[in-house]
Amino acid sequence: MVSRASDDAADAARPPAPVEGVAAVELIGVGKRFGSVVANDGVDLVLRRGTVHAVMGENGAGKSTLMSMLFGLLEPDSGEIRVDGRPVRFGGPLDAIAAGLGMVHQHFRLFDTMSVADNVVYGAEPRRRGILGRAFVDRRAADARVRELAARYGLDTDPAAVVGSLSAGARQRVEILKALHRDARILILDEPTAVLTPSEVDSLFAVIRRAADAGTTVVLVTHKIHEVLAVSDEVTVLRDGRVTGRFATRDATGPELVRAMTGRAIAEVKNPGTGTPGDAVLEVEGLSVSDGRRDVVRDVSLAVRRGEIVGIAGVSGNGQHELVAAVLGTIDASAGRIRLMGSDVTRSTVRDRRAAGLAVIPEDRRGEGSAVTMTVAENAALGHHRSAPIGASTGIRRGWMSLKAERSQARQLIGDYDVRTSGEQQLIGSLSGGNAQKVVVARELSHGAPLLIAEQPTQGVDVGAIEAIHGRLLDYRAAGNGILLVSHEISELLALADRVLVMYGGAIVASFSAAEATTERIGAAMAGAAAADGPVDGVRAGAATDAVAAGAAADPVIDQGDRA
Amino acid sequence: MHVFELGFVAAVLLAATPILYAALAGAISAQVGVFNIALEGQMLWGAFAAVAGSYYTGSAWGGVLTALVSTALFSVVLAIGAARWHADPIIIAIGTNLLAIGLTGFLLRVLFDTSGSFSPRGLQGLPKMAFLADVPVIGPIFAGQTALVPLAFVLIVAVGLWLKRSAGGLRLRGVGEHPDAAAALGANVASYQTWVTIVGGALCGIAGAQLALGNVTVFTENMTAGRGWIAVAAVMLVAGRPLWLPVACLGFGAAEALGFRLQGIGAPQQLTDAAPYAITLLVLVATRIRFAKRASLTTT
Repeated sequence: MVSRASDDAADAARPPAPVEGVAAVELIGVGKRFGSVVANDGVDLVLRRGTVHAVMGENGAGKSTLMSMLFGLLEPDSGEIRVDGRPVRFGGPLDAIAAGLGMVHQHFRLFDTMSVADNVVYGAEPRRRGILGRAFVDRRAADARVRELAARYGLDTDPAAVVGSLSAGARQRVEILKALHRDARILILDEPTAVLTPSEVDSLFAVIRRAADAGTTVVLVTHKIHEVLAVSDEVTVLRDGRVTGRFATRDATGPELVRAMTGRAIAEVKNPGTGTPGDAVLEVEGLSVSDGRRDVVRDVSLAVRRGEIVGIAGVSGNGQHELVAAVLGTIDASAGRIRLMGSDVTRSTVRDRRAAGLAVIPEDRRGEGSAVTMTVAENAALGHHRSAPIGASTGIRRGWMSLKAERSQARQLIGDYDVRTSGEQQLIGSLSGGNAQKVVVARELSHGAPLLIAEQPTQGVDVGAIEAIHGRLLDYRAAGNGILLVSHEISELLALADRVLVMYGGAIVASFSAAEATTERIGAAMAGAAAADGPVDGVRAGAATDAVAAGAAADPVIDQGDRA
Repeated sequence: MHVFELGFVAAVLLAATPILYAALAGAISAQVGVFNIALEGQMLWGAFAAVAGSYYTGSAWGGVLTALVSTALFSVVLAIGAARWHADPIIIAIGTNLLAIGLTGFLLRVLFDTSGSFSPRGLQGLPKMAFLADVPVIGPIFAGQTALVPLAFVLIVAVGLWLKRSAGGLRLRGVGEHPDAAAALGANVASYQTWVTIVGGALCGIAGAQLALGNVTVFTENMTAGRGWIAVAAVMLVAGRPLWLPVACLGFGAAEALGFRLQGIGAPQQLTDAAPYAITLLVLVATRIRFAKRASLTTT
């Protein structure tokens, strides 16, 4: 393609994909702006009954705004929404629900202390008979309704289970049941796979197919290309609030979708592999971390050497974060040793460890990685404000900072890392996720610490920023540093890591070299020993998922808390 | 020392009942996510309104009705402020508590031209259930009590069952646990919070009426003397399980009644007066420790 503009025009001009079916929902020229920002501009979208329609786009492309308008959470500024051919105007989500829509949000909205059945029927409860009885919930009918829906759509669920004790996958099934209980004919799933293990993803896809075959219209909002190709019938791609591509999935290819999403082809980052790694920069021996009651990290031993990236895979909440925190020194190890550059730091302070040559890109960008109410310049200086050029460790300037040095350093990092900002004095909290993360990455990489811990470094950032960050990490390794990379994205680990360790229940349960590592192997190990040999194909995945859910419920190491 | 005779049980019930009504008010507020610490002030206002109502209508039940309605109105500030205008319920409640002290003292002077306490000749107290006097066991416990005493227990059980079993109760609990989720399913969060807080005000009115027209027949400035705060402690103690409220409140009632008894046999009054508060403090600390342990067992 010659230019981005002509590219847009070419894709937008393409006729709607030749997939048959009656339109269940039509969005015609829908637009929405927030102040001067255009979130959606003239979006046309046709959802055909009984099909799975993927809505793709990078963060900030306008997917969420579009879905919020469809579900009645936002009112469109222009355009029209039709359901079953009739124009509708939703005053709120309740109107949308009444019109037959259901939405499963990325962050679950569940009552943790209540049973599955109570969560499903809440607000539309089956009642007992009689004048007095009508005030009371018919629990038996509620349970029966949950069982009936669960059986019909293959959503394995126990109506009596307390929601707070369920795995993320099981909680998601409750959310889907909530929509189905209200007879949703159009089901919107917002980034549904973000919290699932690979086998849970497979069983979700089986449910999606089954629902579509039964006549439900499913909208899958995602930015993951392999999911789109695996489960959808049609794809609409958004970029900058406009439709930049419409495809019948059977005619679409991954590179085409990426080009529609980003406006350019992306060179897939691939770990080129290196020669032999050098000395160990991090050695962890028999490390255990207790939360006061039991070990959340159990007897973990690993080493990271110069010139290698060691990946840690695992479903969120299996001890990865505590392992990182123990190495960083924000929580204490209950047993074991930690050595940085060969010297024991098990009892050292965070400051001493960082001074010894440790850099960290934390998982929680807004909580730990940056101070959202401070400027980009201040954030870029954090942790390095005591030493030259910004601070001084000796002399009369000791304890004072040079704001001039702070600003010039920030300007340089902004340029080097292509941070999109109005200037170094902009508050970091007002940057997009990808740009804020670039500031954190820039700060941590700019001091050449021999060991970098990168925890979910590309979580919630768009494809362009992911590409940039991946490139930086590979460069950092090539410069002779070691990286410990914690990620929930198997594809990220496959792209970057020289070795992949899998954590489950606080322990390292598997280790793969780059050559041995595959999505299937890592995924099976992430699901735990019980399911490691289980089937991961779509048809029989239900059984494997059950094992995971049961294991998760029984094993409290997996974080079931509603972090949302 | 006949401490554990039936008369002692009666004294415990008497001391516990006002706390029980106020604690029920606090517990239902907690269920919809409003932490109500205005119980003390609302109960004090209820006590004043009950005495004034009884004085003007010449009927103790007229006093109860006055207390119930006017305290419900008194709680509208908290209800609307917290639920609709998203003000901090703690701040409004502190204001409510201070206002109740000042306003009752002020009205005492303006309306009745007195201060300290108000107990005019002919002021009607609530009737006792003397017809029970000859029933064994029940008689010695309830014959000297007002009908509001057994009603408190009936109400708690009824409210507890309603919360657990009814559709309205389910929605109410959902509003407190996850307001966004409840709203997304059609529950009107602000409406639930408003009305539950107002019903709580009515309950505090009954608490005040029982205190001023049942336990005694007088209004005294600041006569609630911390009972509303003990009710707040009871709410925290039962942590969302209203059916346990009687246990907590009877415990506090027992501490107070025991204090009177010990005073009767010569224990220094300063010590016995302090007993309910000291026990409240100890119990709160002990349960917090237990909760902390249990919390670490159920979450990661």
